[in-house]
Amino acid sequence: MNELIELTAAAAAQRVRAREIDPAELFEAYRARAAADDLNAFTWVAPRAPAGEYPGDAPLAGVPLAVKDLFCTEGVPSQAGSRILEGYRPPYTATVVANLQRAGAPLLGKTNQDEFAMGSSNENSAYGPVLNPWDRARVPGGSPGGSAAAVAAGLAPWAIGTDTGGSIRQPAALCGIVGLKPTYGACSRFGMIAFASSLDQAGPLTRDVTDAALLLAHMVGRDRRDSTSLEFPEAIRVPRAEDLSGIRLGVPEELTGAGGGVEPGVRESFEATLARAEGLGASVEPCRLPHAPHALSAYYLIAPAEASANLARFDGVRYGLREDGEAGLVSMYSQTRSHGFGAEVKRRIMLGTYALSSGYYDAYYGTAQKVRTKIAEDFRTAFERFDFIVTPTSPWTAFALGAKTDDPLAMYLNDFCTVPMPLAGIPAISIPSGLSDGLPVGFQLAGPAFSENRLLDAAHALERAIGFDGSPARRSGESAARG
Amino acid sequence: MLDRAQVLHVARLARLELTEVELERMAAELSHVLEHIEKIRELDLDDVPPTSHVVDVVNVLRHDDPEPSLRRETALRPAPEPVDAGGFGVPSPAAA
Repeated sequence: MNELIELTAAAAAQRVRAREIDPAELFEAYRARAAADDLNAFTWVAPRAPAGEYPGDAPLAGVPLAVKDLFCTEGVPSQAGSRILEGYRPPYTATVVANLQRAGAPLLGKTNQDEFAMGSSNENSAYGPVLNPWDRARVPGGSPGGSAAAVAAGLAPWAIGTDTGGSIRQPAALCGIVGLKPTYGACSRFGMIAFASSLDQAGPLTRDVTDAALLLAHMVGRDRRDSTSLEFPEAIRVPRAEDLSGIRLGVPEELTGAGGGVEPGVRESFEATLARAEGLGASVEPCRLPHAPHALSAYYLIAPAEASANLARFDGVRYGLREDGEAGLVSMYSQTRSHGFGAEVKRRIMLGTYALSSGYYDAYYGTAQKVRTKIAEDFRTAFERFDFIVTPTSPWTAFALGAKTDDPLAMYLNDFCTVPMPLAGIPAISIPSGLSDGLPVGFQLAGPAFSENRLLDAAHALERAIGFDGSPARRSGESAARG
Repeated sequence: MLDRAQVLHVARLARLELTEVELERMAAELSHVLEHIEKIRELDLDDVPPTSHVVDVVNVLRHDDPEPSLRRETALRPAPEPVDAGGFGVPSPAAA
């Protein structure tokens, strides 16, 4: 295997800065692999390295970046995995992508995703499903399944995605990589094609915790184009912690007990990780999040409600697809939307429109926003006694392609452990904790708002102790490079 | 829980035209999902304020300073029917 591909992004950046690696060679090594992708992870790959001087002295040192399709990138296709944005090349670039480019990470390609980020398997993409490099008959998770599969298979050194109800953490878990959802407002949402505006956050998908910290450090910050973005109160540091002494971990019965349907292999890996954490000096105790079992219901009202409003803009007027109806303007709207949106997106628009419609607003959307208040209170109470709340990231390992496509509710249950955090706006990270039947399992840590540095430190200590080997997935990517 | 008439009503609000097959599936699937979601209505939430924003920020305002924006032709470039005069072309609303 190409030696460059085996380096983590942080290690590659360090060697570029030390003049041991030519960043042009690094870009081309990944470009060739991404272009030969046979996992359907990429929807667009840069035809060549960016022109001009390589930013060898920039913090990210020319290490190329894969970007989820829904980030607007000037002049480069940005369809959010949807037919309705066919041919759309935005006239501007999302702030987060621009920040990373300025820090020295050139755009390697755009990655496949569930349409408008609605899905947990990447099977709702207009570009077709993405294959999991650990087992090509299985899903990579979603919505940014392409970003997760690309990083796991070594088709990209690192990637960014967005998390609304678990979208960064769940595919990271299913592909055996690290995924971090930052505190709401930490990263600008400007230029991210919106799904649910009160939940959406951008974050890194990386091979290890150090890479996640390095990428996040250059993503955060207030942006005057997103009034919900905030100045991050401290610099994101490279994590160095090697133990967890004094760290109190809370295990919520509501998310880890029988109700969540956690698979035996996932449970085993979770418990082994708790034992490791104790070995590193952490205390592990049960805690309560009484309203967490209702998070999924609240989420599946709030997110579709916001989506139904956000997706109203896709009407054939300003961008993308237009299907002319027989009968004027309104018919054009309906025809365009009916042809342009896929089944899951229509389902969520319908659900959201219903939840907001006259006579049902209080019963559904209003109630869900109250549940959200209770969920945030539960976390605040728990964080008085615990540093972090820990759960399995996903109750299951990667499932077979097609296994859950006929049952939307079964698919939604996959988000059981990941939806409470975005509802409360708090950060959470997923790291690989081992394999179950040859498939990666994710371990999730959630902390209070703006605790990213502490989260990264704890994840770093655990990652070292676990010593997860992600190289089998990269060998799968190797066949792609040859193909 | 959702009958055909309700699904048709919601589809009209959402500007979606559903085929007969979609209509039937949607009624069944949405009812199934709503049945699960209904459980939150059993909670006692009388005195709970609804969340309006997850982080503590109030009235974020900026100075109303004029600054350059996207050029009109740049903004119109992705449109299916840009109009030379500088607008988005659409079919006549009267055609209905």
